[in-house]
Amino acid sequence: MSDALQIPTPPAAGPSGRKPGKILSRRNIFIYGTLILVSLYYLLPLYVMVVTSLKGMPEIRVGNIFAPPVEITFQPWVKAWAEACTGLNCDGLSRGFFNSVKILVPSVILSIAIASVNGYALANWRFKGSETFFAILIVGAFIPYQVMIYPIVILLREAGLYGGLTGLVIVHTIFGMPILTLLFRNYFSSVPQELFKAARVDGAGFWSIYFRIMVPMSLPIFVVAMILQVTGIWNDFLFGVIYTKPDLYPMTVQLNNIVNSTQGVKEYNVNMAATILTGLVPLTIYFLSGKLFVRGIAAGAVKG
Amino acid sequence: MQASISIKNLSLSFGALKVLKDLNLEVGQGEFLVLLGSSGCGKSTLLNCIAGLLDITEGQIFIGGRNVTWAEPSKRGIGMVFQSYALYPQMTVAGNLSFGLKNAGLPKAEIKERVDRAAKVLQIEPLLDRKPAALSGGQRQRAAIGRALVRDADVFLFDEPLSNLDAKLRADLRVEIKQLHQKLRNTMIYVTHDQIEAMTLADRIAIMRGGQILQLDTPHEIYNRPANKYVADFIGSPTMNFFDGKIESGEDPRFHTEGHSFPLHGYNFRSGAAVSAPAWLGIRPEHMVSGAEAENAPIRMDGVVELVEPLGSDTLARLTSGSHTLWIRMDGQAEVANGDRITVGFDAARANLFEKTSENRL
Repeated sequence: MSDALQIPTPPAAGPSGRKPGKILSRRNIFIYGTLILVSLYYLLPLYVMVVTSLKGMPEIRVGNIFAPPVEITFQPWVKAWAEACTGLNCDGLSRGFFNSVKILVPSVILSIAIASVNGYALANWRFKGSETFFAILIVGAFIPYQVMIYPIVILLREAGLYGGLTGLVIVHTIFGMPILTLLFRNYFSSVPQELFKAARVDGAGFWSIYFRIMVPMSLPIFVVAMILQVTGIWNDFLFGVIYTKPDLYPMTVQLNNIVNSTQGVKEYNVNMAATILTGLVPLTIYFLSGKLFVRGIAAGAVKG
Repeated sequence: MQASISIKNLSLSFGALKVLKDLNLEVGQGEFLVLLGSSGCGKSTLLNCIAGLLDITEGQIFIGGRNVTWAEPSKRGIGMVFQSYALYPQMTVAGNLSFGLKNAGLPKAEIKERVDRAAKVLQIEPLLDRKPAALSGGQRQRAAIGRALVRDADVFLFDEPLSNLDAKLRADLRVEIKQLHQKLRNTMIYVTHDQIEAMTLADRIAIMRGGQILQLDTPHEIYNRPANKYVADFIGSPTMNFFDGKIESGEDPRFHTEGHSFPLHGYNFRSGAAVSAPAWLGIRPEHMVSGAEAENAPIRMDGVVELVEPLGSDTLARLTSGSHTLWIRMDGQAEVANGDRITVGFDAARANLFEKTSENRL
């Protein structure tokens, strides 16, 4: 019998091994065709913006918006960054950029720090009424924030924070709370309860478990929270224009004021450059943290 | 024997739901106690209460003579091992082992010494610098046991530690845990739903159901003299065969069931004598004999084989005899086939009688 098993048998007729695939199948043409079409649809405006921002005004007036620049000039970029006038200030977007950074950094750090502790407490240290507290917080996420604008103006005025950056940072932190708390609570709830129990048997307290067990395990969710907050706060226009004053306007408001200025010639090249500059920060965050995000997930994948 | 753990009138409720009901338990110094029961019986809950991970509603818990009812888990002198290992994923094995000691503020030299000692006992020295993700299931569970070991605790609590492992590894680690207990002589409380683990490891087994302990006894007693029908049915695989009928007392007490009448000569009644009452008679498949042996058995019956399960060492067969269905464990070499008509028998001395309504042992 054992001998018989070793005799190689010739393959029978018919299909054998890996099934051959066609490169130009109908399925592939459809998938890739759609993908190419959609990317063109999204990339074309960006292409027009970049091309226009590199042209001089005479060339723009010719009217071929898709044509590449004949003579490349970076003057519009310089003007958008440092020379464009908004109101009384003629220092371009740079002022807005630094204002935005001053708003962004503390708001992101503060909101993530508070929300992650909130989420951790709600997930692991259930206290009397914690579910009610959580429900109220979540309801907060569904209230349109337009209705709260005026009450907040009054609150900030009474606190003496109206018109300053501190006030705006507080507003951003509070408005980020419901969704971020939900995010962190759900993530921490998915961490095995036994890990938390083991840490308690090992004598770790509230903060010790948070900093030494939970946070090191949670890089991915911190990155997600950061992406959410950076894009949300950087792109904010409404709160920026309401709760600050012209000197402290964030970049988005500054951009609007440059693009929508009603006097003089419309400098399309400067407008395009200014818009790209403003969009650059969220774009960079996406590109950088996208990688970090994947790495974070890989580092966290140690369960079971 | 001095009590290492004593639980007095312990109750736990979640709202209106009573999970543990007025429970009393004494565990001796160095004893290996297994809490056994099907899922939802409250065995893990009881363990969590002892560990201090759940706040109890009523009662008291003493560990080593000290009232720890309100004490934090880390202050109770316990080490705990979990089903999912619960190793901290971002720390190395050494980091996992020393985490609790660092929290307790022990000097570095002592931490290192204790970690090395535990690693040696568990043979995980080469793994100390690895992260849990780089360990196999058995190695992870060893590391988790190590984490309990370094604490130098008087009491070890195991919460289904082997349930996530495959059958072979489970058997190996079971032996290791038993050896560890023989070496350390710590008090151990071990929760499981696996009766083989319970029977092999325990000094005493507590069988739980619905938040109460049904029987607390040695494995031998639990197997041979189950206190009630639930315990009899729960322990043993395949499960005990039951006959529904009634006892007739007298000079020569007998048990009448449909189609048969068994003499109860040799049965050891709890009250000393037989009483006439409706009852269940239970006999384990391995206490039944067949073939030539059956001819000499005090109680005999005929049956038709309808299912055969060869296990190698033994052969299990299911037979029907009238309205009764019986499992019998035979020698692995026995030749039986479906449709065979065989005679089986047993001795009343090995049977179990339970009162019909209360289901308690007679």
